[in-house]
Amino acid sequence: MPKTIAEINRKISQGKAVVVTAEEVLGIARDRGIKKTAEEIDVVTTGTFSPMCSSGAFLNTGHSKPRIKLGGGKVFLNDVPVYTGLAAVDVFLGATALPDDDPRNRFRPGEFNYGGGHVIEELVAGKDIKLKATAYGTDCYPRKKLETWINIKDINNAILFNIRNAYQNYEVATNLSDKTLYTYMGILKPALGNANYATSGQLSPLLNDPYYKTIGIGTRIFLGGGIGHVAWHGTQHDPGILRGDNGVPKRPGATLALIGDMKQMRPEWLIGTSMLGYGCTLTIGIGIPIPILSEEILQYTLVSDAEIFAPIVEFSEAHPQGSSDILGEVSYAQLKSGHIEIHGKDVPTASLSSYPKAVEIARTLKRWIEQGEFLLTEAAAPIPGVESGMTSRMLKERPLTE
Amino acid sequence: MDISKRIVLHFPPHVTGQPVVYRLVKDFNLNFNILKASVSPGEEGLLIMELGGTQKNYDKGIQYLASVGVKIQSLSQDVVRDEARCTHCGACVAICPSGAFSLEAKTRKVLFDHNKCVICGLCVKACPPRAMRLYF
Repeated sequence: MPKTIAEINRKISQGKAVVVTAEEVLGIARDRGIKKTAEEIDVVTTGTFSPMCSSGAFLNTGHSKPRIKLGGGKVFLNDVPVYTGLAAVDVFLGATALPDDDPRNRFRPGEFNYGGGHVIEELVAGKDIKLKATAYGTDCYPRKKLETWINIKDINNAILFNIRNAYQNYEVATNLSDKTLYTYMGILKPALGNANYATSGQLSPLLNDPYYKTIGIGTRIFLGGGIGHVAWHGTQHDPGILRGDNGVPKRPGATLALIGDMKQMRPEWLIGTSMLGYGCTLTIGIGIPIPILSEEILQYTLVSDAEIFAPIVEFSEAHPQGSSDILGEVSYAQLKSGHIEIHGKDVPTASLSSYPKAVEIARTLKRWIEQGEFLLTEAAAPIPGVESGMTSRMLKERPLTE
Repeated sequence: MDISKRIVLHFPPHVTGQPVVYRLVKDFNLNFNILKASVSPGEEGLLIMELGGTQKNYDKGIQYLASVGVKIQSLSQDVVRDEARCTHCGACVAICPSGAFSLEAKTRKVLFDHNKCVICGLCVKACPPRAMRLYF
């Protein structure tokens, strides 16, 4: 003690690394104490499986004969429009994109049965995807129309990219009004009928490394059933938010931008998701290993649901109007008990994040590391911490006057 | 031969005061499992139940219900969970009005109790990965 990542990697290569999940480590440290546990354990694995709208895929279809410039044209994959403001045959398929003829919320609540997230799931599952494109034609790219099936095994590249994911804590949503609300936090019944939350709590990656001492740019991770990397800090990264005495954020804090090769991912970890009355999205499995380099780093992984607090946000008025008022704070232990108290009322809770799947991800990553298939990475650069002063702000609107 | 069917019974106001289910049990030796009930004396009532017994007794029971003025609808719909599609997130748990979903304490997996399901269909559209299916 302390260890280095190189030393841990040597043990992983020899099949001798001691790896446990962020859930298992709690009992081990309780029985053996911090010092001994930090010496014995090399890696703690974390996991989360939640919907994340800021997800998408960069695809390169390969050039057709004759060539077509999809860039600046219109392209649909299974009738879902993709972004073409890139080079000739690169497109970006966003998780929340909807077919042009989807009725959306014309009759509330809209169903949003099929969108970009579902195309990503089907692509990863190896299904043929219908591509329809029109282009304006140039001397070097003369073709103006393309209609074909594509398959992930044939196209050049399929790269999953999340500009924001792995949120370090999140809000608990509830509804004080007398109407049912259909939100990205699920269905919220009237008059405090329920409260929905969205992280895996004690298993969540950034809640186990609250000051980003090991997770940084370049960190190798489990992403969608394959191997990916942390690309950058995510959008709305907000390290300076309110924290508890244990250092754990009590508000939505850090986020990560993630990248990985979809060709090695699996459809059970990338699930097209429909939020009634809200839209389509993608539920993604993420697992991040935390190397136990010191007692301090171990200590951070020992955070339990009772020590992680989330703010309760009202969604009929406060959230849509951009107010920062909260109705109180609750721990994940309380949330996971199935009931919390808000304004003296007993309110049933539900999760949008799958805890059993988060456990499965942490265990899968543990197995990969134990079997020597997954080595840890030294971060190429840290993600901005508290000292960076970085915050996530509301938009400052300015009128468009001449 | 024993059969068991899910049926919806509509009670006119004058019947809601009568011990109809008791007669089904006592006179026709049928067994029942009430899935949903909204019956107040003097008002129109609704009862959704599974009714079972021998084919002969079942038919007699249905005849009896019709004879006292109860309108019978067969509940030909069913809500089924696609186990491969369910991610066990839990979004359905607080939405279900009859408490058909619960969390297994140890694993936090979502359990679906088909017997408690009243086939209202609320979970079908509330399920983010669309694992709940309504069959006709």
